[in-house]
Parts: sequence; structure tokens; C-alpha cells
Amino acid sequence: MAADKARTQTIGAVRRTFAPWNDPTATPLIRFENVAKRFGEFVAVDGVSLDIYEREFFALLGPSGCGKTTLMRMLAGFEEPSAGRITLGGQDLAGVPPYRRPVNMMFQSYALFPHMNVWDNIAFGLRQDGMPKAAIKARVEEVLALVKLEPFARRKPHHLSGGQRQRVALARSVAKQPKVLLLDEPLTALDKKLREDTQFELMDLQMSLGMTFLIVTHDQEEAMTVADRIGVMNLGELVQVAPPAVIYEQPATRYIADFIGDVNVLETKVVTAGAEGVELASEKTAYPLHIAQPLDAAVGDTAWLAIRPEKMRIALVPPAHLADNCFEGVIWDIGYLGDLSIYHVELACGTRIKVSQPNVSRLVERPITWEDKVWVTFSPDGGVVLTR
Amino acid sequence: MAMAGEKGRGRLLVIAVPYLWLLALFLVPFLIVLKISLSQDVIAQPPYSPVFDIAGGWAGFRDFLSQLSLANYGYVLSWDNEFIAAYGSSLVIAGVSTALLLLIGYPIAYAMARAPKGLQPMLLMLVILPFWTSFLIRVYAWIGILSPEGFLNQGLAALGLIDQPLEILNTDLAVYIGIVYSYLPFMVLPLYSALEKLDGTLLEAAEDLGCTPFKAFWTVTFPLSLPGVAAGALLCFIPAVGEFVIPDLLGGSDTLMIGKSLWTEFTVNRSWTASSAVAVLLLVLLVVPIVIYQNIQARQLEAGR
Amino acid sequence: MNRSLSWFNVTSLVLGFAFLYIPILLLVLYSFNASRLVTVWAGFSTQWYAALLENDQLLDALWVTLRVAFLSSLAATVLGTLAAIALTRYGRFFGRTMFSGMTYAPLVMPEVITGLSLLLLFVAVGMERGFWTITLAHITFTMCFVAVVVQSRLITFDRTLEEAALDLGCTPLKTFFVITLPLILPAVLSGFMLAFTLSMDDLVIASFTTGPGATTLPMRIYSQVRLGVTPEINAICTILIGIVAVVVLLASVLAKRQEKMRRRAEQIAARG
Ligand SMILES: Nc1ncnc2c1ncn2[C@@H]1O[C@H](COP(=O)(O)OP(=O)(O)OP(=O)(O)O)[C@@H](O)[C@H]1O
Ligand SMILES: [Mg+2]
Repeated sequence: MAADKARTQTIGAVRRTFAPWNDPTATPLIRFENVAKRFGEFVAVDGVSLDIYEREFFALLGPSGCGKTTLMRMLAGFEEPSAGRITLGGQDLAGVPPYRRPVNMMFQSYALFPHMNVWDNIAFGLRQDGMPKAAIKARVEEVLALVKLEPFARRKPHHLSGGQRQRVALARSVAKQPKVLLLDEPLTALDKKLREDTQFELMDLQMSLGMTFLIVTHDQEEAMTVADRIGVMNLGELVQVAPPAVIYEQPATRYIADFIGDVNVLETKVVTAGAEGVELASEKTAYPLHIAQPLDAAVGDTAWLAIRPEKMRIALVPPAHLADNCFEGVIWDIGYLGDLSIYHVELACGTRIKVSQPNVSRLVERPITWEDKVWVTFSPDGGVVLTR
Repeated sequence: MAMAGEKGRGRLLVIAVPYLWLLALFLVPFLIVLKISLSQDVIAQPPYSPVFDIAGGWAGFRDFLSQLSLANYGYVLSWDNEFIAAYGSSLVIAGVSTALLLLIGYPIAYAMARAPKGLQPMLLMLVILPFWTSFLIRVYAWIGILSPEGFLNQGLAALGLIDQPLEILNTDLAVYIGIVYSYLPFMVLPLYSALEKLDGTLLEAAEDLGCTPFKAFWTVTFPLSLPGVAAGALLCFIPAVGEFVIPDLLGGSDTLMIGKSLWTEFTVNRSWTASSAVAVLLLVLLVVPIVIYQNIQARQLEAGR
Repeated sequence: MNRSLSWFNVTSLVLGFAFLYIPILLLVLYSFNASRLVTVWAGFSTQWYAALLENDQLLDALWVTLRVAFLSSLAATVLGTLAAIALTRYGRFFGRTMFSGMTYAPLVMPEVITGLSLLLLFVAVGMERGFWTITLAHITFTMCFVAVVVQSRLITFDRTLEEAALDLGCTPLKTFFVITLPLILPAVLSGFMLAFTLSMDDLVIASFTTGPGATTLPMRIYSQVRLGVTPEINAICTILIGIVAVVVLLASVLAKRQEKMRRRAEQIAARG
């Protein structure tokens, strides 16, 4: 109990106020400056500029093949950038071999040395630094305790379970206390439950070690859970860098809105636009759409309304005082997920939108069913207007 | 039931045919060698005695047993004859050659495994190709190179490095060269297949943790290639101990190798019983490495699953 | 493992291949030498090849060798393939350890031992020595090489393909011929080629097991080499090398095509 309390006090406090990227006086630990990487003709990473701050937990998110691993490998020193510069703590990393960089990597495949036991795997990096034997012993034991693997110290990697191997890999990469720890999809090999537990352990670990973590993943929930900030990549470019809530609630483009979570995107025309809000018109509904969001656009421009399923309410009768922000339609399909239900509503024009509702009562027969006529409403701060 | 019977019969046939063949032409011959090594030379057909005759029944068998003797082993193991020296020198020559093969073969296999993926099949082909050309031809080719008026001496003389031709042919040195040359593919191939399987991210992990590439080689690559080293070394060492053609064609009259001694005992002295004893002792000498080799081979094939 | 080559790697490759090929190249080159001295160049000539055609003994030996090699490698391929199937497919059976031991041991067994033991067997059973005894001996030692080659292919073989055929009503025997054999055929063929060259190449075992009237080419070459180096031997060696090079290259091209087709077939099967 006391430990939990201490945890909320430290971690909670740090997490709430940690935002060096908003502080113009803070100097970043890692700087990518217009970094590009070409493999022959193919451009894997295309002009990425990114600042990562000390003690930050940064997640790179993106579809397969978008260049996440390549970006990370350039920081670790396994690939040289074709253009641009990477600095770490002010030092240009160009030409510095991997074994001289204060950066350690946890490999996606773990890359545990099969001919060494857990202890020797963890001690490996320390031995390379010529640390005295006693110090190595103390450090390895400390790290083993950290990942709760003390009973397995003498086992070879292939006698361990997937989750244990993952811990060994983690232990090995943190043993040298690198300034930056790179994690390339560290949790993909684990089952869902273990993965979720490990995500929180990773966060605690990062806090207690005070290191900078750069994690690559294509699991958006994982990125949102662990990271202070997320960088979304697509086709070698960085499309948005922001804290998870911003990425989710205020995506910069339709691509990001669609990539992170579920979203309905409707094409609309701007009726009025100003500092206090926007009015949009859509062929999909007779009602005007009001969104509380400043927008710099001309009347008649095309804009997209992105609205997430959980931001809408569904009803069998028209709400009182109905004036705006409403879609009328018929239930086309229902997905029952237990904690919530997802309703697919077909609008008059044939477009289908998704609305999710928490199942707050323990009814087996839900009141809304197939082919019911429904009214879907949302509040002015429920949607976001996108121009790209 | 009929199904199971049919399956069982097919299975039995698939196992039995090669099994019986190997029993009859691989195992039984060894038992015969063993038996003849315990017999005596006679001038007759067959030129040894006793001859086991099943018609003699139990009494005949006892009689047969009582005539067996260890006399041939006494002959082979006596210091007056050069067999013990030949065994020793064969082991030394095969051992040194294997070490040389490792020293030469490892860098080649290592470079092949590091070469671009597209190039590797061609490099592999280049290593295998000489193996397809006749062993005898490849040994023969070295006679022309190593002889006093051969290419090597011509070349060295042309460079002004020597004024007297070097005596290489008909010495142990020529035997070493011949063995290394002939067995090189057998060393390179297992080494290559061990190195090629090596996961490149292990080396990256080692470098990431602070190893220089040189150190990463000794702490990761080399230990993980040891099964290949063992397979290659045994694949070269075992046949090299019993090598006959190379010492016969390239070695001198004082080059002692047991394969050559066995051949001489058999063709010149015409003693079948003594040469059988030589063969049995050679097999005893090699049984441990052969069993180790079999285990490695079986394990590698199992691991492929 | 696949990274950039250092100068050390390149040097080892260059020196290694030079070591492997220069002796062979010199041998081939001096088969076209006009002089009888095999180490002094005296102009280009094909006279030694012409002389070969008149050497009946050599041609006889070549004919014997080819027949032995063909028959023995054919039988060795069948036996070796059966042995490989027995070892990979039938799990444990009585005497399996001994069986696998007898399959791998001949790979490293010194030839003098194999040759002597087979000779003594043939004498013991009173078999007349000559062409057939050489052939039997060659079947025995080459089938083990075939078994290893085929076995390494069978191990990577996707067994669900066979199970699918059985599931669709194919008998085990038919499954072997319509599914398994076509897919392992490249390995079986390279096993055959290996057995063929090993048989053509063998001197020691053939010398032990032969009798009057059956002299193989290596035995003939060997007895000539013992008398001294002559350009005629260079010429016959060159021809043998040429044949082997052409056959091996052809086979590798064919194997590559086969491999491609096999991959495609397996992919289709896996998808379908
Ligand atoms: N060594 C290389 N040579 C050529 N192309 C490469 C190389 N490494 C990566 N690429 C290409 O660069 C692109 C980006 O690869 P990268 O591994 O960075 O993707 P990723 O975002 O990590 O994908 P994933 O989520 O699947 O791991 C891919 O299209 C890949 O094919
Ligand atoms: Mg990746």
C-alpha cells in the first residue's frame, strides 16, 4: 500500500508535469536533423527531424515498412544516414561505431547469445567495459532482481519461456545504464495479458532508472499506454509528434485519425468558420453540424469531420430540442463486445457510421436492435474538423 | 486393419532393403576382417586358415575357435615392424593437416558467409566444383607443381629466390600440401553452413553492448561455429589417417602412413591376415572419432527439422 | 550473417580460390603442350588428345568405369533414398541406431578398410572378382552419400503436403510417387550425380575388389602416374574435368529451375 502510494506520488507527479517539449529553454538529448536513409533507389526514411528529451518515453508508431526500425538503427549505429545529422547530448554521432555509442538496444528477436546462460548474457556488456568482477556481479544481481529472474540466472536462453527471454533481453540492455534505451517492438512475442502487464512494468522501469526510452511499435494501444509522446510515421516521413491524448483527440490529418483508433470521417463543406467555431454542411444529414474548434478556412471549402464512435450517442426517439449535430439512420449491424456495443448505422444516403455505447446495465436483450430507426447525436466538442 | 497391414508392409520394405544391404556389405565384411585377422596365412585358396565350415557342426565350430590366434596382432604391434610408427605418423600427419585445413578453411568459409546473398550460391559452387573433379587428378596435378623441375621451383627461380630447386615432392611436406588441397572443400562446407546459419542480429547485439567487431567474432561468431569446426575437422581427420593415394604419389619412401603400409602388406607381402589385423587396429584407433562424427551428423540432421 | 566484406575477407576468398584452381588450370593448360615435358611450355598442340584415341587400354578402362559408375549410382540412388526415408520418416524402429551408424560411417571410413573388408567378403562367399564386385562395392559406399543428401532435403520437407494427399484418398505408395518423389527429385538427382562421380573417382576400393579383366580408369591412370608424368595423362584428366564441369553446370541450372518450380508448387499447395 505504502509503495503504491509512493508510486502515485512520484510517477503521477512527474507524469503530470513532464513536458520539456513545451519548454523553449530545454535542450533535447537526441536530435534528428533532416535525417534520410536510402537503400539504393528506395527511400526508407525521408527527411525526419525530431527532438527527444532526457527521461522521455518516446514511441514511434506506424504501419509495417514505414521506416521505424531503420530510424532506430541509425541511432544505434547499425546504419549510417544517407543525409542529415543525428546528435546525442550535443555530440554528432556520424562515424561513431555502435560499440562506442552510449545507446543500447533491445532487439525485436531478443538476440540472446544462445551459448551463454542468462547471467553471462546480462554480464556481457559490462565485461566489454572492463568493469571489475565484483562490480559486475553486483550489477548483474541488481538487474536480475529488477526483472525478477534471479532463479533463472544459470539457464541457457532456449530453456526459458518467451516472456522470460524478453526479460533477459531487457535486463541485458539496461545493465550498462545507457543514456538511451532503444526497444524495437519489444512485446510483440508476448500474449495480450502478459503484454499489458509488461507495458506497465516498462513504464515503472523507465521512471526508476531515469533513462530515455525510444520504443518502436505498431500496436497503437501500446504506444498510447507507455509513451509520453508518440511520433506517427508513414512512408518514411514523420507525420505528427504529440502526446497520446493529442494524437487521439486532435489528429493532424485524416491519415492519423484513421490510423489511431476507430473513426468516422465525413466529407463536408464549410458554411461559416471563425475563432469560436465552425458550421459545416453535409449531404449525409439535413441538420447543420457545429464544431467548437477554431478553423482557418474559407466558406465553401471542403473539410472533413472526424468523429470517433464513442463520442456519439444513439437514441430510439429524437432528443428534445433537436437542432443540430444529428444523423438519422437505421441500425444495419450490431457488434456486442461485452463492455460496449458497436452499432453500425446506415444513413439515408447509404453511408454507414459506427457508434459505440457502453453497456451500463446488465440486460441480455438490448433495447436497440436490427432495423430500428435511430437518432445519432454528438456535442460540438465531440468531433474534429480536418482540412488534410 | 487391412490398411495398417499394408502400411506396415511398406514400412518394413523401406527399412529392410537398405538395412539388409548395409548389414551384408558393410557390417558382415568387418566381421570377416576381424575373423581373418585372427587366422594364419596358408598357401591355398583362400589363403588363410582356419576356414569356417558350417557343415562341421558344433564340434567343427569349437575346433575352428581353437585355431584362432592373436599372432597377427603380435606381428603388427612388434617394434621391429614399422606399423606402430606408421600409426603414430598417420595420426600426426592427419592431425597437423586438419589444423592447417582449419587455419586455411575458416577464413574462406567466413568470407563466404559474409558475402552478399546473391553471390553465395556461386561461391559455394566454386568450392564444390573441384570436389567433383577426380581426386586422383587433383593429386596428380601437384606432382607437376612440386617436382624439382616443376612450376613452383621454376617460379621461385625466376623470382631469384632460390638457385637450387627445393626438394618438396616425395617429402612429408608434399603430403601435407596434398591433404590440405584435397580435403579443403570438406572443411569449408561444414564451416560455411555453420557460419551461414548464424543470426546477424547476435553480432549487432554484441557490438551494441560494446564489443569491437574483432572481439564480437571471438565471443560470439567463433563459439557458435564450433559444431561446424568439429564436423569439418572430423570429416577431414578420419579419412586422412587412412589416406593411401596422397602419401603414395606425393610422399617419399620414408613417409610412413598406415594406409600405405596396409596396402603394401596386402599387395607386396600378400599377407591377408596381417593386413586384416592392421585394418582392425586402424578401426579401433578411429572408432571414437567416427562415433563422435556420427553423433554430430545425426544431431545436425535432426536439428534441421 | 550477411555484412560487408572487409579486405581480409576478400583476400581469403581470392587466395583460397587461387589455391583450389591454379593446380587444375596448370594441368589443363599443359595438356595442350607440344613438348613431352609437362612443365616446359613448347607451343600449342592437341597431339596428346590424338594419342589418347589410339590408346585402347585407356578407352577400355573408360568404358568399364562408365558402366560401373552408371549401374552402381543407379542402385545406390534407390537404396540411399530408401535409407533416407527410413531414417527421417519412421521414427524409432528396432536397430535404428545401428542403421544410422552404418549409414554415416562410410562417409568417413578410410577407403583401405572398406576396400579390404569388401574383398574379403567376396572371397569368403566365393564370388568371382571383376566388374560386378566393383559395382557392388561402389553401390555400398556411395549409397550412404545419397542417403545424406536426400535426408537433408526430406527434413525440410513440408509433411502436411503428404498428409493432404492421404487425406484426399491417395494410398501411401501413390502419395510417395505423385507428391514426395517429385518434390525431393532435385536432391535425389544430385545424390545420383554424387554417387556417379564418386564411383568414377574411386581408386582404392576398386583396386581391392577388382579381378583380372576389369581395370577402371583411375586404376589405369594411377599405374601410368606411377611410371611418370606424361602429357597424355594431362589430356585425359582435362577431358574428365571438362565432362564433369559441363555436367555439374548443367545440373545446377536444371536444379535451380526445379527448385523454383518446387517453391512455386509448395506455395500454391500451402495457399490452396
Ligand atoms: N538493408 C536494407 N536494404 C534494403 N531495404 C531495406 C533494408 N532495411 C530496410 N529496408 C526497407 O526499408 C523499409 C523500412 O524498413 P523498416 O525495417 O524500417 O520498417 P519498419 O517500420 O520497422 O517495419 P515493421 O513494422 O514491419 O518492422 C522497408 O520497406 C524495408 O524493405
Ligand atoms: Mg521493424
